[in-house]
Amino acid sequence: MNWVDFFSRHGSEILQGTLEHIWLVGATMLLAIAIGVPLGILVARRPWLSNPILGSANVAETIPSLALLGFLLPVPWLGDRADRVAITALTLYALLPIIRNTAAGITGVDPAVREAARGMGMTPRQILLQVELPLSLSTVLAGIRVATVLTIGVATIAAAVGAGGLGEFIFRGLAMVNNQLILAGAIPAAALALIADFLLSVLERRLRPAR
Amino acid sequence: MSGDPNIDAGREAIIEFRSAGYRLPGGQVLLRNLTCTVSRGETLVLLGRSGAGKTTALKLINRLIDPSEGEVLIEGRPTLQWDAIELRRHIGYVIQETGLFPHYTVEQNVSLVPRLERWPAERVRARSRELLALVGLDPAQFLQRYPRELSGGQRQRVGVARALAADPPILLMDEPFGALDPLTRAEIRREFQALQQRLGKTIVIVTHDTSEALLLGTRIGLVEAGALKGVYSPHEFLRSEEPVASAYVAQLHALEEFERGK
Repeated sequence: MNWVDFFSRHGSEILQGTLEHIWLVGATMLLAIAIGVPLGILVARRPWLSNPILGSANVAETIPSLALLGFLLPVPWLGDRADRVAITALTLYALLPIIRNTAAGITGVDPAVREAARGMGMTPRQILLQVELPLSLSTVLAGIRVATVLTIGVATIAAAVGAGGLGEFIFRGLAMVNNQLILAGAIPAAALALIADFLLSVLERRLRPAR
Repeated sequence: MSGDPNIDAGREAIIEFRSAGYRLPGGQVLLRNLTCTVSRGETLVLLGRSGAGKTTALKLINRLIDPSEGEVLIEGRPTLQWDAIELRRHIGYVIQETGLFPHYTVEQNVSLVPRLERWPAERVRARSRELLALVGLDPAQFLQRYPRELSGGQRQRVGVARALAADPPILLMDEPFGALDPLTRAEIRREFQALQQRLGKTIVIVTHDTSEALLLGTRIGLVEAGALKGVYSPHEFLRSEEPVASAYVAQLHALEEFERGK
């Protein structure tokens, strides 16, 4: 089958898969940012928490993704829907770069700036929101970018538990020994990763504090 | 309180150290048994080597650290009874690296405390312009710049303007002119002297530069190895028999002799 025929047959399916993929990755990233950034701030504030928190995120990273999906399936509520299982597993993978970069960004703020902020009578909350976070934004964003690209790739495995996305084509292609189907999943996923990487790197550069 | 030679009886004490000391949690003593007062409108210069405890003494004043022994009184009230945030907004603070916020314009940097204090926008704007003019920078030219677009001397002026923003009665300066080249340093120091006379603030300056201490201080407190060796007027300091003080003075004279030798 040539590519023109292939696309006319599967085009809407691929589009559907891409949208599902974007939903999985988008939901994962929102969750990972909501959890990872506060944890990163905590690590920067309480250095003794750095080992337990970063260590756990590191361990999560080392669990093979198929196995992690398998472990989560029997969990009550989570296991009721495939996308819940997938998003939970993906979030666990996405956390490490976000936590690490948030902590690095905040610890990297010039001590003189922090000291001045304290000396001026800013409250800890004002220092965090008006000084530390704005100054570490580009570093945090770099972590989010790494996590996003990683998640777009790993999300193809979500199809193994029936969560949909571009992985569907890859798994089907593998089962039917059909390279065209595998590529129909792999190429849009790679394109998504490249686009996300590009857009986030532009944003990151614009937010980088000039010194 | 009577009988203490450091208390200038006729004037109101704004800052008062009472046997104040500071120890690190590990036990290392950075400052011990500091007793001294600073009266309204006076400029006390704490002179000493790096690590002598000058900065520690300064940080006790605006509660960046709390004394491990004794107490520090600001306007008659121990610092521990002040709300730390309120106390710090009441005291201007200038540090050597300026600590200007790199992501804020000069205007945003200078207006920081007034904005924290929720002044109305119009008043904040007017005050920023007034402050820049006060430290010798043209508001039209500098308000919208970022710190990275300023020279070292300009940055230091902005740092002083920011500290003065909410018109605090007390000003603390930690090596304020230390990072500047000698010529800019002399220039800013002269301007600061003029400013000092005009504003009548109570000022505590930390420095290791003897000529700076003599020029800016109404009194000089000599700090050595975590203890205050004595408080002198500039004239007393020049004639002091105290070994450390005379060492500083001798170093000054060495320079003069070199000039005479030429």
